[in-house]
Amino acid sequence: MTSKVLLSHGSGGVETAELLRKLIFSKVPDELMRVNGGLGIDRPDDSALIPIGRDEFLVVSIDSYTVNPPFFPGGNIGVLAATGSINDVAVMGGVPIAMLDSIVVEEGFPLSDLEVITNSFLEVLRRENVSLIGGDFKVMPKGQLDKIVITTVGIGVTSKPIIDYPREGDKIIVSGYLGDHGAVILMSQIGISTVDQSGKALTSDVRSVAGLMKRLNDKLWPHIHAARDPTRGGLAGVLNDWASISRTVIVVNEALIPVRSSTKYFAGMMGIDPLYLASEGAVVISVSPEYADEAVSIMRESGFENASIIGEVKRSAEYAGIVLIKSVVGGHRILEPPRGELVPRIC
Amino acid sequence: MSMDEKKLEATSPGELAERDFLDKLEGAFRSNIHVAVSLRNLIHRLAEKALMRGIGRIVIMDFCGTHEWSIVHFGIRSLMPRNVELVAGPGCPVCVTPSKYIEYAVKLSFEGITVYTYGDAYRLRSLRPINSAYSLQEARSDGASVQVVTSFIDAIRLANKSGRESVFLGIGFETVAPGYAVAFKKNIVPGNLAFLSQVKLTPPAMRLSLELLMKENLDYRFGVIAPGHVSTITGAKAWSFASEEMGIPVVIAGFEPIDVLIAIAEILRQIVNNESKTVIEYRRAVTWSGDEEAQRNINEVFTTIDDAWRGIGIIPRSGLELSDRYASHNAFEKYSLKRISSDDWEYDLPRGCKCGLVTLGKAKPTDCPLFMKACTPDRPIGPCMVSVEGTCSIWARFGGGGLADEVARSLEVY
Repeated sequence: MTSKVLLSHGSGGVETAELLRKLIFSKVPDELMRVNGGLGIDRPDDSALIPIGRDEFLVVSIDSYTVNPPFFPGGNIGVLAATGSINDVAVMGGVPIAMLDSIVVEEGFPLSDLEVITNSFLEVLRRENVSLIGGDFKVMPKGQLDKIVITTVGIGVTSKPIIDYPREGDKIIVSGYLGDHGAVILMSQIGISTVDQSGKALTSDVRSVAGLMKRLNDKLWPHIHAARDPTRGGLAGVLNDWASISRTVIVVNEALIPVRSSTKYFAGMMGIDPLYLASEGAVVISVSPEYADEAVSIMRESGFENASIIGEVKRSAEYAGIVLIKSVVGGHRILEPPRGELVPRIC
Repeated sequence: MSMDEKKLEATSPGELAERDFLDKLEGAFRSNIHVAVSLRNLIHRLAEKALMRGIGRIVIMDFCGTHEWSIVHFGIRSLMPRNVELVAGPGCPVCVTPSKYIEYAVKLSFEGITVYTYGDAYRLRSLRPINSAYSLQEARSDGASVQVVTSFIDAIRLANKSGRESVFLGIGFETVAPGYAVAFKKNIVPGNLAFLSQVKLTPPAMRLSLELLMKENLDYRFGVIAPGHVSTITGAKAWSFASEEMGIPVVIAGFEPIDVLIAIAEILRQIVNNESKTVIEYRRAVTWSGDEEAQRNINEVFTTIDDAWRGIGIIPRSGLELSDRYASHNAFEKYSLKRISSDDWEYDLPRGCKCGLVTLGKAKPTDCPLFMKACTPDRPIGPCMVSVEGTCSIWARFGGGGLADEVARSLEVY
């Protein structure tokens, strides 16, 4: 065991889970792992649930955004910080109503850049009708922080929570192209242009999924058995989590997974599987098979034209926890959980 | 007719957008389920025929990390009949760079000499520490001067700029050698940049692994998927010894799944018909005689030596050393570093690590007691786990080892 914190400890994969279990989860008394009657770190999901009356819950989520670079094709850290926490509340089945933010910025950071970031942040809140109810602002001496870190707390309400627990027979559906955000950030970090041969720029897919999730949940609850936005760790991270939570095998067909060709080529060039790259405006859901087509229709009608059923949940006592992927030539491989510092600081 | 085919038919050549060509090319060689299924069926029919002719087991070896990647990533092993086994052979230059030469580089880096190297070699661990550093990565974190580059040209540029005494750790197979050679021939390597040659030649390693395999499995039949990119330099002729002297069918293949499936089908066809030829499947890149100018440049700048392979030993005429004419750039001469000879070669893998056997195709990563236990992609112990081209790293990242196949079969998802 290494005696220092490594970048891979913060990648949101296997190493992060191991470290947090050791450092935090194992030391919190069971009764303090959630608010009585709700959901907390006893069952890590997109958000926590706090009961507020009969069948009503407060939905709460927190996330720190440290993306490097803070400005990227298709957005900036402000858009990301607002959208990210709204999405975390939304995929829990919550309707986002309020947000708190904490901005820590490095001494010397251009004020005009900061204003662009905060304007973008507020624009998202206005559009999504989410109140800003509190916050914090600090400056660190030059060199003690890399530019800017924004932490947001998203708050929502729901009577129809989605507590991720995929069931045997469920269909796995994605709302559209995956991995664009991760690809754009990596390309920016390496310093290669996101403009492809046809002159089209690949941009981050960052966008709110709150409207989409509300329509899905209004129509299909309680038949959506799991919903998540595939950020860090990508689709591979979500599916591995689900397979291990529900002790099932999830089988997906690579040919049906929507990945934009420029994202695919870039990932190929870097030797990265696009299924590990982050999306910031997509959802993955696990839904009863009889509602799968309806879910796809709702997604497409909501502006997510590339929504697609990509696989299903199978029961297997022997191989529970495994994600199996059928390749484009009909062979099989295991879609391993994300490990290591594959994609540093993308969100 | 699939949707894609209909789309293609409905589009006249003039309307095909520029960017579509890439997708069409990928569609033909990668996501081409129709051709893949036909090839799979053909492979199964041929394997059946082989069984009927009394040929029990057929072992097909690949010699390139990228072929092994394609095989694992596209699940090609799961498409094989029971009597056909795909085995990874020596296809990773970083994996076979002797521990001692890593120690040399670490030592130089602590003596104030800047060491330039590729990312994989940077993380490669030696058997013995120098100043408590087991790798160039650790040396750098202890203050030594080490810089990761993506090409020899980068190292030349940086060495020119800094003017400091420096060394390039030149690891690779035949594919990188012409680039090194041209730089020396054109005299653009500055006097302050020495070259620690770790260029290895693949045909001698192929011969050795095949001989070992044949010796141990007398009643098996063998085939070779020869490396596509190495062959662009060496030409297909470099592998004809296997088909002509050893009676083993050889197919030089491209790297898309359809390329690999075609290669396997051709090998089985030859075995069933009792043929052994060297055939080029990767015709869009490879010729019989290869890049003759590159070969001339290599021969002018380098001489062939008996070279040490990590965990394996000395393989005759399997490495390239700078020729006398370029001796002033040769890091071995400049810093009086001794090349390993057969007298002083010693087994140089960490305890328990089976990387040598894995490289030769004599063991699978899953046969190694350390695999995914003590040795993982994040905390690699052996060189086969360090390099992204190493068989252990590929299996670790993409679930090789037959588990995918087992799961698919148990769920009946075929």
